[in-house]
Amino acid sequence: MTGQTYDIAIIGGGIMGCVSSLELAEAGMSVALFEQRFLASSASGVNAGTLSLTGVRSALSPYALRSIDLWQKLSERLGYDIHYRRIGSVMAAFTDREAEILTERVQAKSQQGVSLELIDAKKARELEPALSEDVKLAAFSPIGGYANSSATGRAFTLALRRAGVAIHEQSPVTRIERKGDGFEVTSSTGVMVHARRIVMAGGSWLGGLGQMVGVDFPVKWRVSQVSVTERLPKSVKRVVAHAYGLLTLKQSENGTILIGGGWQGKGDLERGPSEVLPQNLVGNLQLAMRTIPILKTTRIVRTWLGLHAHTPDAMPIIGPIPGVENAFVLGGVRAGFTCGPYIGKLFADILLGKEPELPLFHAPFNPARFNALSMAKAG
Amino acid sequence: MSACDVIVLGAGPAGASAAIEASKAGLNVVLLDAGAAAGGQVYRAPPGSFRVTDAEAMGPDFAIGDGLRQELAASPAKCFFGRSVWHIAPGFVVRAVFEGNTEVYEAPTLIVAMGTHERVIPMPGWTLPGVMGLAAATILLKSQRILPGENTVVAGTGPLLAAVAASILKGGGKVAALVELSTRMDWVKALPSLISRPDLLKRGFGWLGELRAAGVPIYRGHALTAITGDAEVTGVEIAPVDAQWRPLAGQRRTIAADSVTIGHGLVPSTEVTRLMGAKHEYRHEQGGWVALRNEDFETTIPNIFVAGDGAGIAGAAAAALRGRITGLAVARRAGRKIDASRETTLRAQLGKAERFGHAISDLMQARPGLIETMTPETIVCRCEEVTRADLDSAIRDGARDVNQMKAWTRCGMGPCQGRMCGEAAASLLAAVQGGDRSKVGQLTARPPLRPIPYEAIVGQFDYADMELPEPQPG
Repeated sequence: MTGQTYDIAIIGGGIMGCVSSLELAEAGMSVALFEQRFLASSASGVNAGTLSLTGVRSALSPYALRSIDLWQKLSERLGYDIHYRRIGSVMAAFTDREAEILTERVQAKSQQGVSLELIDAKKARELEPALSEDVKLAAFSPIGGYANSSATGRAFTLALRRAGVAIHEQSPVTRIERKGDGFEVTSSTGVMVHARRIVMAGGSWLGGLGQMVGVDFPVKWRVSQVSVTERLPKSVKRVVAHAYGLLTLKQSENGTILIGGGWQGKGDLERGPSEVLPQNLVGNLQLAMRTIPILKTTRIVRTWLGLHAHTPDAMPIIGPIPGVENAFVLGGVRAGFTCGPYIGKLFADILLGKEPELPLFHAPFNPARFNALSMAKAG
Repeated sequence: MSACDVIVLGAGPAGASAAIEASKAGLNVVLLDAGAAAGGQVYRAPPGSFRVTDAEAMGPDFAIGDGLRQELAASPAKCFFGRSVWHIAPGFVVRAVFEGNTEVYEAPTLIVAMGTHERVIPMPGWTLPGVMGLAAATILLKSQRILPGENTVVAGTGPLLAAVAASILKGGGKVAALVELSTRMDWVKALPSLISRPDLLKRGFGWLGELRAAGVPIYRGHALTAITGDAEVTGVEIAPVDAQWRPLAGQRRTIAADSVTIGHGLVPSTEVTRLMGAKHEYRHEQGGWVALRNEDFETTIPNIFVAGDGAGIAGAAAAALRGRITGLAVARRAGRKIDASRETTLRAQLGKAERFGHAISDLMQARPGLIETMTPETIVCRCEEVTRADLDSAIRDGARDVNQMKAWTRCGMGPCQGRMCGEAAASLLAAVQGGDRSKVGQLTARPPLRPIPYEAIVGQFDYADMELPEPQPG
């Protein structure tokens, strides 16, 4: 394996790196995939698994919609059940201010073609009987659902292996050197490959990867907390969210209720996510209980954390790396679990020379939009 | 918020001893424990409503435990029982639930003395009613005087076997058989180390004598390969094992029983030091992963100390000595005057106690062949109902690390957070990697450490007063 030449080396085995690897390998490219831990074990494997438009930025809605269509077929495509379920989502508002925000969001997303409608309290409680009586206004979307994020890594491991991708796990890339038109990529475990093109899909770790080719990606990270209850009788039917986007909640088929919403813990790139902040756990759980009162009598079994990439304008950073021929960046997608399958596929389409269905290498995502981005010195 | 100099987690022999020494040296000590009284598992006190009329009949452990409880009560340490710790922030801010409410304690120094939990390598039928751990049986027998059943098979490893069996006889129960993995030769090999504690050795021989006198069949070098019964235990199947404790094919024997107590050694409880990000190393002879520590029992996280069996299995006597040394060391480092010669004496005593404790611990540790008692259909993770076949399938698909295995199979994701299944799952993973447990890693510890009532976390609040952060970008 060492010293071998590949058409492409993808650095980062999250959902977008995995989908791109799979598409490219299936189209006949030779692909080497580097992952510092295990496939889909960071943000892609520890998120709450929500697949809905509630946490997606309006500008990304068209991508998310198409991605959710792909999610429906993903288990079959990968040959392993990731437990995708489409159960519809209800977003709740409890105050005038929340109702106002909800109305604005529903309008913005409807304009992007999302099937999302405002409903009154009575209708909301019909659709989700566990919802609090205090609900003032709600929105319903039939496309909300979830998948089991922790199974993603296994599904991709099997599919990528079948597709012939050279998977290097527990292999953080430590050096990228320009060799002719291509690159020499080396990991801390001593794996070295030549690649004609490289893709940086390292999520929160993009900053360090960029520096290896002399580029400063302004990518930071957020540390999201997710909690799970013990198993309960079936009681919550839908994905339940809050107008502010600070809550997602659903009951898995095994009866546990997953509670997320982007409340922050602490962590860094070296140690990973490390500390649950109790005040944010309390805030998250209070909002969840306000929305679904039966939570009050349950027990919390576990709260965990995940690092999620974050860009200054909360928009993706996708496209050719300015000044570094044949190098690309693919990351910074908020709600990346929802959008990943489609954006990863679009990206592969472009690299394969196909016309993308939706624009991807365009201004809102272009890495060159950041003034702070110092142009490449490598080469 | 309650602020003090030191918070001690766990009131077993180690935690109680550390609290006594540190508080007597002048530090303001808070001791937190989930139980109703000090003593931990080994010196567990009878329920408060019980009155002990004949202390001698309670055995020597009761006297030691009572002495410790009296010494603790007379010390200036402030003890809070019934506290279940669910979160610790750096610095250190400890959150614990008491009677449904969260309390907050704060101190610059933390002594972690969380003791151990029991390892059970599963076999078919181990989830039947009537099966319990040796440690659970010990607690029932010691503190409540309750027998595990009417006719009990006692199986597994270590000195707890004979202790539990003898206690059952003493309580009027019947022991159907004692089934031990170690051979007489294993014990003989350990003898030079065990002689350092002739009192304990004598006690062990006493238990065996009582078993022989009662005509209890003793099978050494045997494993329990199945527990039989449909709705409850009706018997067990046993087989001789090879040197790695792999059951030998075709040599099964059945024994009728209505209950089984089983255990394969103790595992240090490291959830707090894992949660805090301390470095650990795998030490087979000490029960598994233990926090790295210096001679003062300080971990790689400054001002977090570990004491007792939670720092590596060495037995109750060593645990108490480690606790005293840790308590003195913490006081010394805080600038309090301590009796240096006493510390030296304690350290010398510890060396002797550890020698005995490590020899016993080594005898108890499960050997790699024991995983073969798990048939493909055997449930390994009871909380999530994950079988050995599920785990084997994940291993075939490429799982190499315990956390990856957890994500792929849900093994260890349930209420016990891997305390019941973690050892068995890690042993299966290690078996395909040359038997090296250190390669397969440790489960990540997450709050709230144990399932905690939702209301105890959120507390009393009014929706009108909830201050939500700004909405997420739309």
